[in-house]
Amino acid sequence: MTTIDVQAGRLSQEQLSENFSDSHPPLNSGNAIVEANRCYFCYDAPCIDACPTAIDIPNFIRKISTGNLKGSAKDILSQNIMGGMCARVCPTEILCQGACVREAHEHQPVRIGELQRYATDWFFETGETFFERGEPTGKRIAVVGGGPAGLSCAHQLAVSGHEVVVFEAREKLSGLNEYGIAAYKTVNNFAQREVDFILQIGGIETRTNQKLGQEVILDDLRKEYDAVFLSVGLGDVNSLGLEGEEPKGVYDAVETISELRQSESLKELSVGRRIVVIGGGNTAIDIAVQSKKLGAEDVTLTYRRGPEQMSATWKEQEFAQTNGVRVKHWVAPKCLRSENGHVTGIEFECTELNPEGKLRGTGELRYMEADVVFKAIGQLLEDSVFSGSEMPAIEGGKITVNLEFETSLPGVWAGGDCVDSGEDLTVQSVEDGKQAALSIHRRLK
Amino acid sequence: MADLSCNVAGITAPNPFWVASAPPADKLYNVERAFRAGWGGVVWKTLGIDPPIVNVSSRYGAVHYNGQRMMGFNNVELITDRPLEDNLKDIKQVKKDWPDRAVVVSLMVPCTEKDWQFIINKIEDTGCDGVELNFGCPHGMSERGMGSAVGQVPEYIEMVTRWVKECTDLPCLVKLTPNVADICHAANAAKAGGGDGVALINTVNSIVSVDLDLMAPEPTIDGKGSHGGYCGPAVKPIALHMVTEIAKAPETKNLPISAIGGISNWRDAAEFIAMGAAGVQVCTAVMHYGFKIVDDMIDGLNNWMDEKGYATLEDFRGIAVPNVTEWQFLNLKYDIKARIDESTCIHCGLCHISCEDAAHQAIRIIKANGDRRFEVIDEECVGCNLCMFACPVPDCITMERVDSGTEYQNWTTHPNNPMRVEEN
Repeated sequence: MTTIDVQAGRLSQEQLSENFSDSHPPLNSGNAIVEANRCYFCYDAPCIDACPTAIDIPNFIRKISTGNLKGSAKDILSQNIMGGMCARVCPTEILCQGACVREAHEHQPVRIGELQRYATDWFFETGETFFERGEPTGKRIAVVGGGPAGLSCAHQLAVSGHEVVVFEAREKLSGLNEYGIAAYKTVNNFAQREVDFILQIGGIETRTNQKLGQEVILDDLRKEYDAVFLSVGLGDVNSLGLEGEEPKGVYDAVETISELRQSESLKELSVGRRIVVIGGGNTAIDIAVQSKKLGAEDVTLTYRRGPEQMSATWKEQEFAQTNGVRVKHWVAPKCLRSENGHVTGIEFECTELNPEGKLRGTGELRYMEADVVFKAIGQLLEDSVFSGSEMPAIEGGKITVNLEFETSLPGVWAGGDCVDSGEDLTVQSVEDGKQAALSIHRRLK
Repeated sequence: MADLSCNVAGITAPNPFWVASAPPADKLYNVERAFRAGWGGVVWKTLGIDPPIVNVSSRYGAVHYNGQRMMGFNNVELITDRPLEDNLKDIKQVKKDWPDRAVVVSLMVPCTEKDWQFIINKIEDTGCDGVELNFGCPHGMSERGMGSAVGQVPEYIEMVTRWVKECTDLPCLVKLTPNVADICHAANAAKAGGGDGVALINTVNSIVSVDLDLMAPEPTIDGKGSHGGYCGPAVKPIALHMVTEIAKAPETKNLPISAIGGISNWRDAAEFIAMGAAGVQVCTAVMHYGFKIVDDMIDGLNNWMDEKGYATLEDFRGIAVPNVTEWQFLNLKYDIKARIDESTCIHCGLCHISCEDAAHQAIRIIKANGDRRFEVIDEECVGCNLCMFACPVPDCITMERVDSGTEYQNWTTHPNNPMRVEEN
């Protein structure tokens, strides 16, 4: 009989507070000046091209170096209204900092993300905003989904003078910023403070606990509003596809991360002693590291391919490893073992690429004991959101949009993770929302 | 091992690195620390007539550039604020304890023969190796008819130097102010008065910055500020030029020079010596980092001299002076072009934009396959060096000589020169 070891309060409150404090503390003014002065102020800088929202990075950095923090924050926020959150969560190593010429030169890129945080944090402290509502147009637009894409779209629409109603399925706005990102990346309730900043502009009504397909119906919105923007994200999760029912102790990582983010007391959260995470993306990294930080003894992140194929960047993999997570590549889950209905372990088959480059099992087996197994193998568009409505065209599990972010349904735009516009990143969603709003504005004029 | 010993106007020291007349050389405690660290000499902080002057609180201003602290530095501090007898006692003790080091005493008293005789008599008893006449300070003392108020009038320089030389046999360095139109007039006057050498530059008149909240110059003293003396790495080029002018002029070319002005390391010192200086004095770098920097100064100069085969300072002193000429004699046939090393280029575009916006539109961008590279248009490149300096990667952009190397023509014979002379 295997003992299942899942319990709360493995660590002291003090230790938990330390573990869940800001994983990358902000720059102080001295460091910010030194770092800002490292920027070469490149002409037609490659970092700008690498930013999905095309922030004029050399310019905002130069403004930090001259003490013009207000101008710096304006450069950032006028391109990306969530510049504060993106400064915290963007995988800069594959975006701006990956393109920094100092990366090519000396593998020490300018710390653009931290500088962006420095300028935007300073501005948030002032409590001001740069933005004013445009002349009222009399047009009303429904934004469905109050995550990064939806809020970005709503803000840009308000700038253009439209009236916006945001329908959000959950209790709080901000989507994955509030429910899906590891706690130590965005401390001090930053997601909600950013929402307040965005809504300051006015003209945006928010209605929470309004889920599409349940409380709100797309067809109704299309009748009532001049335009609809769908930013519903990906509400379903992939299944492991293993035979038999899943025993207790097997969870969806996104759900657990959300519980953790909303938890009032980390000390009361249960955590297993031995944890196996299945998946290779940011969600897998976040749940693995957070489990470790909650006091799990052994955390193993398993992925069926190699480190290069993981969608978590090298830096995130490194972050997991330096936080004590073991990363095991080239293993695919084969079957879950359980006793009395609770998971006790998981069997994997080793994998390799065949000569054609396709993944195949080698027949060799590996067994890992586990008190808890987390699935972090990707999310899916929830079918139920279109209940009772005409459905837009869907391709590859995502809503099809053209370059203007228009769906196949007249008057319906879409953006964010529910469309295939690029990487599933906060910054990409913000850009989608902004571009869709500009498109809606052009169409309604 | 090269021989670093120096002789500045008859004052000898084991090495050419002296602490300049300033706070680091104002009492026994500091000077002993300097000598223990290895400094070859000190010029004691300027003595005056009692009662001592008083200083203000908040004395220094600084220019930081791109994160580099104290690129430039200024002060509104005056001469020593210690009683004369305290200083004399310390000087005597230091010289007794450190006989091989140069101990020079800087002096500044009112412009009367009696005052100068008085102070010279006082310091002769200390056993010091020489005196330095402070005709340089541009603030505080100059308004009282001393410092640069003397240094800006060649006749006064000559007069006071003569008074001093008439009452002492000690070697006499005359410290010059850069706040003049032509430094050669001051150097000539020092020589005419019998001065054994010159020391330059003293600080440059300056206001380093304005506090935009207080709307007052910095350093700010209870809401007000005053002009001060500017020094540090930022003034080195000005000092180097003035030293060169004196080393080059036929009237003063053999006048010993103690060079001062932004010297922070052995390389700076070597440049001044190559331009004719017999020794150097350092202040701001010591005020920034402490006395220990002399270790690298001695070591670095030694290694460089060994590498170049110079056995003594005299072996390379002044050898760059003949290569300083007038613009009109520069070879107009000399032609260089920028060369970009594609293998080290990081594609920052600074060469392009600096040339495009500020020079000769001679670097084009070639875009292909999502990448970009930069190409010099030889027909447009005038060889100005701008791109080479803007480029952040060392040696990525170099300048290549493209003329035959055999032709020579200067402005004096150029057809565009209305005053040209016929070539012979």
